[in-house]
Amino acid sequence: MGLDFSVVPEFSDFILIGALWTFAITLSAGAVSFVGGIAFAVAVLYGHWSIRYPVRFIAGLFMGTPLLLQLFLIYFGLVQIGIDIPAFVAGIIGLGIHFAAYNSDIIQAGIKAVDNGQHEGARTLGLSKFQAYRYIIIPQAVRDVVPPIGNNLIALLKDSALISVIGVTELVHASQLAISETFRPFEFYITAAALYYVINLILEYGLRRVERNIAAAR
Amino acid sequence: MDYDLMLRVAPYFVEAAVITVQISILSTILGLTLGALIAAAKMSSIMVFRTFGTVFVSVIRGTPCLIQLFILYFGGPQIGINLDPFSAGVIGLGINIAAYMAETMRGAIITVDRGQIEASRTLGLSKLRTFYYVTLPQAARLMIRPLGVNINAQIKATALVSTISVVELTYTAQRYIGSTYKPFEMFILAGVLYMLIIYVVGRGVSYLDKKAVIQ
Repeated sequence: MGLDFSVVPEFSDFILIGALWTFAITLSAGAVSFVGGIAFAVAVLYGHWSIRYPVRFIAGLFMGTPLLLQLFLIYFGLVQIGIDIPAFVAGIIGLGIHFAAYNSDIIQAGIKAVDNGQHEGARTLGLSKFQAYRYIIIPQAVRDVVPPIGNNLIALLKDSALISVIGVTELVHASQLAISETFRPFEFYITAAALYYVINLILEYGLRRVERNIAAAR
Repeated sequence: MDYDLMLRVAPYFVEAAVITVQISILSTILGLTLGALIAAAKMSSIMVFRTFGTVFVSVIRGTPCLIQLFILYFGGPQIGINLDPFSAGVIGLGINIAAYMAETMRGAIITVDRGQIEASRTLGLSKLRTFYYVTLPQAARLMIRPLGVNINAQIKATALVSTISVVELTYTAQRYIGSTYKPFEMFILAGVLYMLIIYVVGRGVSYLDKKAVIQ
Protein backbone atom coordinates (compact mmCIF):
# COMPACT_ATOMS: atom_id res chain seq x y z
CA MET A 1 0.00 0.00 0.00
CA GLY A 2 1.67 3.16 -1.17
CA LEU A 3 1.15 6.64 0.11
CA ASP A 4 -1.62 8.76 -1.29
CA PHE A 5 -2.06 12.20 0.20
CA SER A 6 -4.91 13.03 -2.18
CA VAL A 7 -7.37 11.54 0.32
CA VAL A 8 -6.55 14.27 2.83
CA PRO A 9 -8.21 17.33 1.22
CA GLU A 10 -11.59 15.60 1.29
CA PHE A 11 -11.48 15.76 5.06
CA SER A 12 -9.80 19.14 5.32
CA ASP A 13 -12.78 20.95 6.90
CA PHE A 14 -13.15 18.27 9.48
CA ILE A 15 -9.48 18.24 10.38
CA LEU A 16 -9.19 22.02 10.47
CA ILE A 17 -12.07 22.17 12.92
CA GLY A 18 -10.18 19.61 14.99
CA ALA A 19 -7.12 21.86 14.84
CA LEU A 20 -9.22 24.81 16.00
CA TRP A 21 -10.45 22.74 18.93
CA THR A 22 -6.86 21.88 19.78
CA PHE A 23 -5.94 25.55 19.69
CA ALA A 24 -8.95 26.57 21.80
CA ILE A 25 -8.38 23.82 24.34
CA THR A 26 -4.70 24.72 24.58
CA LEU A 27 -5.52 28.36 25.29
CA SER A 28 -8.27 27.55 27.82
CA ALA A 29 -6.19 24.95 29.63
CA GLY A 30 -3.26 27.36 29.45
CA ALA A 31 -5.36 29.99 31.22
CA VAL A 32 -6.38 27.45 33.87
CA SER A 33 -2.76 26.39 34.34
CA PHE A 34 -1.64 30.01 34.70
CA VAL A 35 -4.29 31.03 37.25
CA GLY A 36 -3.99 27.68 39.01
CA GLY A 37 -0.20 28.02 39.08
CA ILE A 38 -0.49 31.40 40.77
CA ALA A 39 -3.01 30.03 43.27
CA PHE A 40 -0.79 27.04 44.08
CA ALA A 41 2.28 29.26 44.39
CA VAL A 42 0.51 31.72 46.71
CA ALA A 43 -0.83 28.87 48.82
CA VAL A 44 2.61 27.27 49.13
CA LEU A 45 4.53 30.50 49.75
CA TYR A 46 2.15 32.34 52.05
CA GLY A 47 -0.50 29.84 53.14
CA HIS A 48 -0.99 28.48 56.61
CA TRP A 49 0.66 25.07 56.98
CA SER A 50 -2.76 23.40 56.89
CA ILE A 51 -3.13 24.73 53.35
CA ARG A 52 0.52 24.66 52.34
CA TYR A 53 1.18 20.95 52.88
CA PRO A 54 -1.96 19.63 51.16
CA VAL A 55 -1.33 21.87 48.15
CA ARG A 56 2.28 20.74 47.94
CA PHE A 57 1.17 17.14 48.19
CA ILE A 58 -1.41 17.54 45.44
CA ALA A 59 1.05 19.35 43.19
CA GLY A 60 3.50 16.49 43.81
CA LEU A 61 0.86 13.96 42.82
CA PHE A 62 0.18 15.77 39.57
CA MET A 63 3.88 16.04 38.74
CA GLY A 64 4.72 12.48 39.74
CA THR A 65 2.14 10.58 37.70
CA PRO A 66 1.44 10.50 33.96
CA LEU A 67 -1.02 13.02 32.57
CA LEU A 68 -2.86 10.26 30.72
CA LEU A 69 -3.68 8.55 33.99
CA GLN A 70 -4.87 11.85 35.49
CA LEU A 71 -7.19 12.44 32.54
CA PHE A 72 -8.71 9.00 32.97
CA LEU A 73 -9.21 9.63 36.66
CA ILE A 74 -10.84 13.02 36.15
CA TYR A 75 -13.09 11.87 33.34
CA PHE A 76 -14.07 8.40 34.56
CA GLY A 77 -13.39 8.89 38.26
CA LEU A 78 -15.62 11.93 38.75
CA VAL A 79 -18.52 9.97 37.26
CA GLN A 80 -17.96 7.39 39.99
CA ILE A 81 -18.64 10.03 42.65
CA GLY A 82 -21.59 11.40 40.70
CA ILE A 83 -20.04 14.36 38.86
CA ASP A 84 -20.74 14.01 35.16
CA ILE A 85 -18.85 16.58 33.08
CA PRO A 86 -18.34 16.77 29.31
CA ALA A 87 -15.12 15.23 28.04
CA PHE A 88 -13.62 18.50 26.84
CA VAL A 89 -14.20 20.13 30.23
CA ALA A 90 -12.51 17.17 31.90
CA GLY A 91 -9.66 17.59 29.42
CA ILE A 92 -9.26 21.30 30.14
CA ILE A 93 -9.34 20.70 33.90
CA GLY A 94 -6.87 17.82 33.68
CA LEU A 95 -4.40 19.63 31.44
CA GLY A 96 -4.90 22.84 33.42
CA ILE A 97 -4.17 21.36 36.84
CA HIS A 98 -1.30 19.23 35.57
CA PHE A 99 0.50 22.25 34.17
CA ALA A 100 -0.59 24.46 37.08
CA ALA A 101 1.60 22.24 39.27
CA TYR A 102 4.58 22.89 37.02
CA ASN A 103 3.81 26.61 36.69
CA SER A 104 3.51 26.89 40.45
CA ASP A 105 7.13 25.74 40.85
CA ILE A 106 8.28 28.31 38.31
CA ILE A 107 6.32 31.14 39.93
CA GLN A 108 7.60 30.24 43.40
CA ALA A 109 11.17 30.23 42.15
CA GLY A 110 10.61 33.54 40.36
CA ILE A 111 9.28 35.27 43.47
CA LYS A 112 11.98 33.81 45.70
CA ALA A 113 14.66 34.92 43.23
CA VAL A 114 13.80 38.60 43.78
CA ASP A 115 16.32 39.92 46.27
CA ASN A 116 14.92 40.22 49.78
CA GLY A 117 16.39 43.72 50.02
CA GLN A 118 13.92 44.86 47.38
CA HIS A 119 11.03 43.96 49.64
CA GLU A 120 12.65 45.50 52.71
CA GLY A 121 13.52 48.63 50.76
CA ALA A 122 9.98 49.05 49.49
CA ARG A 123 8.55 48.60 52.97
CA THR A 124 11.04 51.09 54.42
CA LEU A 125 9.95 53.63 51.82
CA GLY A 126 6.44 53.34 53.22
CA LEU A 127 4.79 51.08 50.66
CA SER A 128 2.19 48.73 52.05
CA LYS A 129 2.76 45.00 51.71
CA PHE A 130 0.34 44.89 48.80
CA GLN A 131 2.00 47.84 47.09
CA ALA A 132 5.43 46.28 47.59
CA TYR A 133 4.26 43.18 45.75
CA ARG A 134 2.30 45.06 43.13
CA TYR A 135 5.00 47.58 42.16
CA ILE A 136 8.30 46.06 43.25
CA ILE A 137 8.33 42.28 43.57
CA ILE A 138 5.95 41.07 40.88
CA PRO A 139 7.29 43.23 38.02
CA GLN A 140 10.75 41.79 38.68
CA ALA A 141 9.52 38.22 39.06
CA VAL A 142 7.48 38.37 35.83
CA ARG A 143 10.60 38.75 33.72
CA ASP A 144 12.04 35.47 34.97
CA VAL A 145 8.74 33.66 35.04
CA VAL A 146 7.27 34.33 31.60
CA PRO A 147 9.72 32.40 29.37
CA PRO A 148 9.47 29.07 31.26
CA ILE A 149 5.70 29.41 31.57
CA GLY A 150 5.63 29.95 27.82
CA ASN A 151 7.58 26.72 27.39
CA ASN A 152 4.96 24.99 29.49
CA LEU A 153 2.24 26.34 27.22
CA ILE A 154 4.02 24.76 24.25
CA ALA A 155 4.31 21.49 26.17
CA LEU A 156 0.62 21.80 26.97
CA LEU A 157 -0.21 22.12 23.28
CA LYS A 158 1.56 18.84 22.59
CA ASP A 159 0.02 17.10 25.58
CA SER A 160 -3.43 18.25 24.52
CA ALA A 161 -3.18 15.38 22.01
CA LEU A 162 -3.79 13.07 24.97
CA ILE A 163 -7.34 14.19 25.48
CA SER A 164 -8.25 12.39 22.27
CA VAL A 165 -8.28 9.24 24.42
CA ILE A 166 -11.22 10.48 26.47
CA GLY A 167 -13.11 11.18 23.27
CA VAL A 168 -12.69 14.90 22.64
CA THR A 169 -12.76 15.50 18.89
CA GLU A 170 -9.63 17.60 18.63
CA LEU A 171 -6.92 17.23 16.03
CA VAL A 172 -5.85 13.67 16.86
CA HIS A 173 -9.34 12.31 17.31
CA ALA A 174 -10.53 14.01 14.11
CA SER A 175 -7.63 12.35 12.29
CA GLN A 176 -8.55 9.01 13.80
CA LEU A 177 -12.13 9.38 12.57
CA ALA A 178 -10.88 10.19 9.08
CA ILE A 179 -8.56 7.19 9.26
CA SER A 180 -11.39 4.88 10.22
CA GLU A 181 -13.06 5.80 6.95
CA THR A 182 -10.04 5.74 4.66
CA PHE A 183 -7.62 3.31 6.37
CA ARG A 184 -4.75 5.68 5.67
CA PRO A 185 -3.12 6.35 9.05
CA PHE A 186 0.22 7.58 7.73
CA GLU A 187 -1.19 10.39 5.60
CA PHE A 188 -3.56 11.71 8.25
CA TYR A 189 -1.14 11.49 11.17
CA ILE A 190 1.52 13.28 9.15
CA THR A 191 -1.05 15.96 8.35
CA ALA A 192 -1.95 16.24 12.02
CA ALA A 193 1.74 16.48 12.95
CA ALA A 194 2.19 19.28 10.41
CA LEU A 195 -0.78 21.16 11.86
CA TYR A 196 0.59 20.79 15.38
CA TYR A 197 3.86 22.17 14.13
CA VAL A 198 2.06 25.18 12.65
CA ILE A 199 0.11 25.84 15.86
CA ASN A 200 3.39 25.50 17.71
CA LEU A 201 4.98 28.16 15.49
CA ILE A 202 2.02 30.49 16.06
CA LEU A 203 2.25 30.08 19.83
CA GLU A 204 6.01 30.57 19.77
CA TYR A 205 5.60 33.75 17.76
CA GLY A 206 3.01 35.06 20.23
CA LEU A 207 5.17 34.19 23.21
CA ARG A 208 8.22 35.86 21.71
CA ARG A 209 6.21 39.04 21.27
CA VAL A 210 5.05 38.92 24.87
CA GLU A 211 8.61 38.39 26.04
CA ARG A 212 9.82 41.30 23.96
CA ASN A 213 7.13 43.57 25.40
CA ILE A 214 8.16 42.62 28.90
CA ALA A 215 11.81 43.19 28.14
CA ALA A 216 10.96 46.60 26.65
CA ALA A 217 8.93 47.57 29.72
CA ARG A 218 11.92 47.14 31.98
CA MET B 1 -12.63 2.67 48.66
CA ASP B 2 -12.48 -1.04 47.89
CA TYR B 3 -9.24 -2.24 49.52
CA ASP B 4 -9.93 -5.94 48.92
CA LEU B 5 -10.15 -5.33 45.21
CA MET B 6 -6.96 -3.26 45.25
CA LEU B 7 -5.12 -6.02 47.06
CA ARG B 8 -6.43 -8.62 44.64
CA VAL B 9 -5.33 -6.81 41.50
CA ALA B 10 -2.07 -5.44 42.92
CA PRO B 11 0.10 -8.34 41.64
CA TYR B 12 -1.07 -7.67 38.06
CA PHE B 13 -0.19 -4.01 38.48
CA VAL B 14 3.28 -4.89 39.71
CA GLU B 15 3.75 -7.12 36.67
CA ALA B 16 2.66 -4.25 34.45
CA ALA B 17 5.01 -1.89 36.28
CA VAL B 18 7.89 -4.17 35.30
CA ILE B 19 6.95 -3.65 31.65
CA THR B 20 6.84 0.11 32.25
CA VAL B 21 10.34 -0.07 33.76
CA GLN B 22 11.59 -2.13 30.80
CA ILE B 23 10.21 0.37 28.30
CA SER B 24 11.67 3.26 30.30
CA ILE B 25 15.14 1.72 30.44
CA LEU B 26 15.28 0.63 26.80
CA SER B 27 13.90 3.89 25.41
CA THR B 28 16.19 5.93 27.68
CA ILE B 29 19.23 4.03 26.42
CA LEU B 30 18.09 4.56 22.84
CA GLY B 31 17.34 8.22 23.58
CA LEU B 32 20.74 8.87 25.16
CA THR B 33 22.62 7.21 22.30
CA LEU B 34 20.61 8.86 19.57
CA GLY B 35 20.64 12.14 21.50
CA ALA B 36 24.45 12.13 21.67
CA LEU B 37 24.61 11.56 17.90
CA ILE B 38 22.11 14.34 17.22
CA ALA B 39 23.96 16.70 19.55
CA ALA B 40 27.18 15.89 17.71
CA ALA B 41 25.44 16.45 14.37
CA LYS B 42 24.10 19.80 15.53
CA MET B 43 27.57 20.98 16.57
CA SER B 44 29.30 19.50 13.55
CA SER B 45 31.20 21.70 11.12
CA ILE B 46 29.53 19.91 8.20
CA MET B 47 26.46 21.80 7.06
CA VAL B 48 24.38 18.74 6.08
CA PHE B 49 24.71 17.20 9.54
CA ARG B 50 23.99 20.50 11.22
CA THR B 51 20.82 21.05 9.20
CA PHE B 52 19.68 17.51 9.83
CA GLY B 53 20.20 17.90 13.58
CA THR B 54 18.37 21.21 13.70
CA VAL B 55 15.40 19.97 11.67
CA PHE B 56 15.19 16.72 13.64
CA VAL B 57 15.12 18.51 16.99
CA SER B 58 12.65 21.13 15.80
CA VAL B 59 10.21 18.66 14.25
CA ILE B 60 10.32 16.13 17.08
CA ARG B 61 9.98 18.79 19.75
CA GLY B 62 7.32 20.60 17.77
CA THR B 63 4.86 17.72 17.44
CA PRO B 64 3.15 15.58 20.09
CA CYS B 65 4.79 12.34 21.14
CA LEU B 66 1.41 10.61 20.76
CA ILE B 67 1.28 11.50 17.04
CA GLN B 68 4.84 10.28 16.58
CA LEU B 69 3.92 6.94 18.11
CA PHE B 70 0.82 6.71 15.92
CA ILE B 71 2.79 7.50 12.77
CA LEU B 72 5.34 4.81 13.63
CA TYR B 73 2.90 2.12 14.75
CA PHE B 74 -0.20 2.68 12.59
CA GLY B 75 1.42 4.48 9.66
CA GLY B 76 4.61 2.39 9.62
CA PRO B 77 3.15 -0.62 7.79
CA GLN B 78 2.20 1.65 4.87
CA ILE B 79 5.86 2.45 4.28
CA GLY B 80 7.07 -1.06 5.05
CA ILE B 81 7.88 -0.73 8.76
CA ASN B 82 6.12 -3.50 10.66
CA LEU B 83 6.73 -3.33 14.40
CA ASP B 84 5.08 -5.03 17.31
CA PRO B 85 3.58 -2.63 19.88
CA PHE B 86 6.42 -3.01 22.38
CA SER B 87 9.20 -2.25 19.86
CA ALA B 88 7.21 0.58 18.33
CA GLY B 89 6.75 2.03 21.81
CA VAL B 90 10.42 1.78 22.70
CA ILE B 91 11.63 3.16 19.36
CA GLY B 92 9.01 5.93 19.25
CA LEU B 93 9.67 7.10 22.80
CA GLY B 94 13.42 6.75 22.24
CA ILE B 95 13.36 8.96 19.14
CA ASN B 96 11.16 11.50 20.93
CA ILE B 97 13.33 11.81 24.01
CA ALA B 98 16.50 11.85 21.88
CA ALA B 99 15.60 15.33 20.65
CA TYR B 100 15.30 16.60 24.21
CA MET B 101 18.45 14.75 25.34
CA ALA B 102 20.37 16.22 22.39
CA GLU B 103 19.46 19.77 23.41
CA THR B 104 20.38 19.08 27.03
CA MET B 105 23.77 17.67 26.04
CA ARG B 106 24.48 20.45 23.60
CA GLY B 107 23.50 23.01 26.23
CA ALA B 108 25.93 21.52 28.73
CA ILE B 109 28.76 21.29 26.21
CA ILE B 110 28.50 24.89 25.04
CA THR B 111 28.33 26.06 28.65
CA VAL B 112 31.89 24.87 29.27
CA ASP B 113 34.11 27.93 29.29
CA ARG B 114 35.68 28.67 25.91
CA GLY B 115 38.97 29.49 27.60
CA GLN B 116 39.29 25.88 28.67
CA ILE B 117 39.19 24.71 25.07
CA GLU B 118 41.53 27.45 23.86
CA ALA B 119 44.01 26.66 26.63
CA SER B 120 44.08 22.95 25.92
CA ARG B 121 44.43 23.59 22.17
CA THR B 122 47.33 25.92 22.96
CA LEU B 123 48.90 23.18 25.07
CA GLY B 124 48.94 21.04 21.93
CA LEU B 125 45.99 18.72 22.48
CA SER B 126 44.15 17.70 19.34
CA LYS B 127 40.51 18.69 18.90
CA LEU B 128 39.37 15.18 19.78
CA ARG B 129 41.57 14.98 22.87
CA THR B 130 40.43 18.42 23.97
CA PHE B 131 36.85 17.27 23.77
CA TYR B 132 37.52 13.97 25.51
CA TYR B 133 39.80 15.16 28.31
CA VAL B 134 38.71 18.76 28.88
CA THR B 135 35.23 19.55 27.59
CA LEU B 136 33.41 16.28 28.20
CA PRO B 137 34.32 15.74 31.86
CA GLN B 138 33.13 19.24 32.71
CA ALA B 139 30.01 19.04 30.56
CA ALA B 140 29.09 15.59 31.91
CA ARG B 141 28.77 17.03 35.40
CA LEU B 142 26.46 19.78 34.19
CA MET B 143 24.35 17.27 32.27
CA ILE B 144 23.42 14.88 35.04
CA ARG B 145 20.60 16.84 36.62
CA PRO B 146 18.82 18.02 33.44
CA LEU B 147 19.18 14.56 31.90
CA GLY B 148 17.58 13.23 35.08
CA VAL B 149 14.66 15.58 34.52
CA ASN B 150 14.34 14.21 30.99
CA ILE B 151 14.36 10.64 32.25
CA ASN B 152 11.68 11.55 34.78
CA ALA B 153 9.53 12.95 31.95
CA GLN B 154 10.30 9.84 29.91
CA ILE B 155 8.96 7.51 32.61
CA LYS B 156 5.69 9.41 32.62
CA ALA B 157 5.62 9.44 28.82
CA THR B 158 5.68 5.64 28.78
CA ALA B 159 1.98 5.87 29.70
CA LEU B 160 1.42 6.92 26.07
CA VAL B 161 2.32 3.51 24.71
CA SER B 162 -0.88 2.20 26.30
CA THR B 163 -2.62 3.80 23.30
CA ILE B 164 -0.81 1.47 20.93
CA SER B 165 -1.87 -1.49 23.09
CA VAL B 166 1.32 -2.19 25.01
CA VAL B 167 0.20 -3.84 28.22
CA GLU B 168 1.99 -1.59 30.70
CA LEU B 169 0.82 0.15 33.85
CA THR B 170 -1.66 2.60 32.34
CA TYR B 171 -3.11 0.03 29.98
CA THR B 172 -3.58 -2.36 32.88
CA ALA B 173 -5.22 0.34 34.98
CA GLN B 174 -7.53 1.15 32.08
CA ARG B 175 -8.42 -2.48 31.61
CA TYR B 176 -9.31 -2.89 35.26
CA ILE B 177 -11.24 0.37 35.25
CA GLY B 178 -13.19 -1.06 32.35
CA SER B 179 -14.01 -4.29 34.13
CA THR B 180 -14.48 -3.06 37.71
CA TYR B 181 -15.71 0.54 37.25
CA LYS B 182 -13.45 1.64 40.09
CA PRO B 183 -11.28 4.37 38.56
CA PHE B 184 -10.11 5.84 41.87
CA GLU B 185 -8.78 2.56 43.22
CA MET B 186 -7.05 1.66 39.97
CA PHE B 187 -5.62 5.14 39.56
CA ILE B 188 -4.20 5.12 43.05
CA LEU B 189 -2.54 1.74 42.49
CA ALA B 190 -1.01 2.81 39.20
CA GLY B 191 -0.14 6.26 40.54
CA VAL B 192 1.68 4.85 43.56
CA LEU B 193 3.72 2.55 41.34
CA TYR B 194 4.64 5.38 38.95
CA MET B 195 5.68 7.58 41.85
CA LEU B 196 7.74 4.75 43.30
CA ILE B 197 9.61 4.29 40.01
CA ILE B 198 10.17 8.01 39.66
CA TYR B 199 11.32 8.28 43.28
CA VAL B 200 13.91 5.54 42.87
CA VAL B 201 15.23 7.06 39.64
CA GLY B 202 15.28 10.52 41.24
CA ARG B 203 17.36 9.22 44.15
CA GLY B 204 19.75 7.57 41.70
CA VAL B 205 20.19 10.81 39.78
CA SER B 206 20.74 12.81 43.00
CA TYR B 207 23.39 10.31 44.06
CA LEU B 208 25.23 10.59 40.75
CA ASP B 209 24.94 14.36 40.83
CA LYS B 210 26.39 14.56 44.33
CA LYS B 211 29.23 12.25 43.40
CA ALA B 212 30.02 14.30 40.32
CA VAL B 213 30.17 17.52 42.33
CA ILE B 214 32.55 16.03 44.90
CA GLN B 215 34.94 15.00 42.13
